[in-house]
Amino acid sequence: MSERKLRILVGKPGLDGHDRGAKIIARAFRDAGFEVIYTGLHQTPDQIVSAAIQEDVDCIGLSILSGAHNTLLPKVCELLREKKADDILVFGGGVIPEDDIPGLKAAGITEVFTPGASTEDIVAWVKKAVIPR
Amino acid sequence: MSLAERILAGEIRAAARLMRDIDDNLPSSRDELRRLFTHTGKAFLIGITGPPGAGKSTLVDQVTATFRRRGKRVGIVAVDPTSPFTGGAILGDRIRMNRHADDDGVFIRSLATRGHLGGLSRSTADVANVMDAMGMDIVIIETVGVGQDEVDIVRLAHTTLVVMVPGMGDDIQAIKAGILEIGDLFVVNKADRDGADRTVRELSFMLEMNHYEESSWRPPVMKTEAQRGTGVEELVEMVESHHDWLKQSGEIDSLLRDKQGTLFQLLLKERLFAEVWGPLQKSGAYDELLDAILARTSDPYSAVDELLAKRLQS
Ligand SMILES: Nc1nc2c(ncn2[C@@H]2O[C@H](COP(=O)(O)OP(=O)(O)OP(=O)(O)O)[C@@H](O)[C@H]2O)c(=O)[nH]1
Ligand SMILES: [Mg+2]
Repeated sequence: MSERKLRILVGKPGLDGHDRGAKIIARAFRDAGFEVIYTGLHQTPDQIVSAAIQEDVDCIGLSILSGAHNTLLPKVCELLREKKADDILVFGGGVIPEDDIPGLKAAGITEVFTPGASTEDIVAWVKKAVIPR
Repeated sequence: MSLAERILAGEIRAAARLMRDIDDNLPSSRDELRRLFTHTGKAFLIGITGPPGAGKSTLVDQVTATFRRRGKRVGIVAVDPTSPFTGGAILGDRIRMNRHADDDGVFIRSLATRGHLGGLSRSTADVANVMDAMGMDIVIIETVGVGQDEVDIVRLAHTTLVVMVPGMGDDIQAIKAGILEIGDLFVVNKADRDGADRTVRELSFMLEMNHYEESSWRPPVMKTEAQRGTGVEELVEMVESHHDWLKQSGEIDSLLRDKQGTLFQLLLKERLFAEVWGPLQKSGAYDELLDAILARTSDPYSAVDELLAKRLQS
């Protein structure tokens, strides 16, 4: 009666103030049968990475609007590497200029979803991308 | 190295992984728990229960900050419900505890109930054991916010806090008597709201109708404003008084015995069931048995009798 359940951390780093996008994503993953650790607003990369490790998640989904994606997202990946936890996938979503995406991927972000992506697309991508433990 | 050895060496990821294996019920997790067991029994377990939105997580955050100031290491297990429709869950208690996320002296784990009733997940006791073995001085367990039947916590924690909010006095009559019996301490949170004193009085009155022996602990009713931290220091002191009382009165011995008894029985039930259920289902015998019951050529009572007789012979 053992069963592997997928776990994901959804949070919103940075200082800007609303979390509608993150909440929509959280609900979509719950409805797809995931256990979603929802950490809310104003997370520092340190807090996100510690939480992801303590919760043993398969994946981190970060919603970003502030334009600080070029510093915050790579910082999360860097800390994961530092703590030997870079097997945890990281994806970002939000208003992110097309031109920034290659740089983010080079920094360790596995995928970037811009506002055109549907929640179904995102869930389907995670299900395929996650490496079973 | 086994997960247990890595955990005892202080490796956080190993602890987090074992908690996952426990939650997912992997057989290997039992071997690891076996190795850790001799290193448990040192942590002081505090349960926090109460209706949805009463401020349990905010209070956990504040109580944790207080224990941290006293140099204690704190483990937190926060349980939220699994959706019965999708099997998924949103575990949101961490939102209120983010300031402790990157403190090495705090380890927070969110768990989903996964269909388990009683306010906790099946895995809660074992996850608390892992935190105990990690060297956490205090383990705080937040139950799901149901407000009536989360009695499991009483058998797990040394001290159980029941959190209520002003205005609930009117509903206390409606609350099952159970909730008045499970608290070692009652907290009226959101004391900034109207009617807090009245709720304290009403709760105290209801509690006085319980029967207490001369020597027994009389659960106090306290006021807090968790959002601002008001009353939290006093609350922690009262929790410590209860702990002292447990030790001085010798009550702790029967509490610990009951707790191990409960865990043992749960484990036995789970293992016995799995032992019979696994082969029954795999062999297809279960379907045949249901067919026979539906056709009224057999009945559930004899079917179980026969099954047990057969199992116990082998
Ligand atoms: N006015 C007031 N609001 C408070 C106080 N303590 C907590 N809250 C608020 O109450 C709401 C719920 O708090 P939580 O700590 O999440 O409550 P909870 O009991 O853990 O909720 P669940 O886990 O969902 O059952 C939040 O918006 C808190 O900010 C308080 O002392 N006064
Ligand atoms: Mg809560």
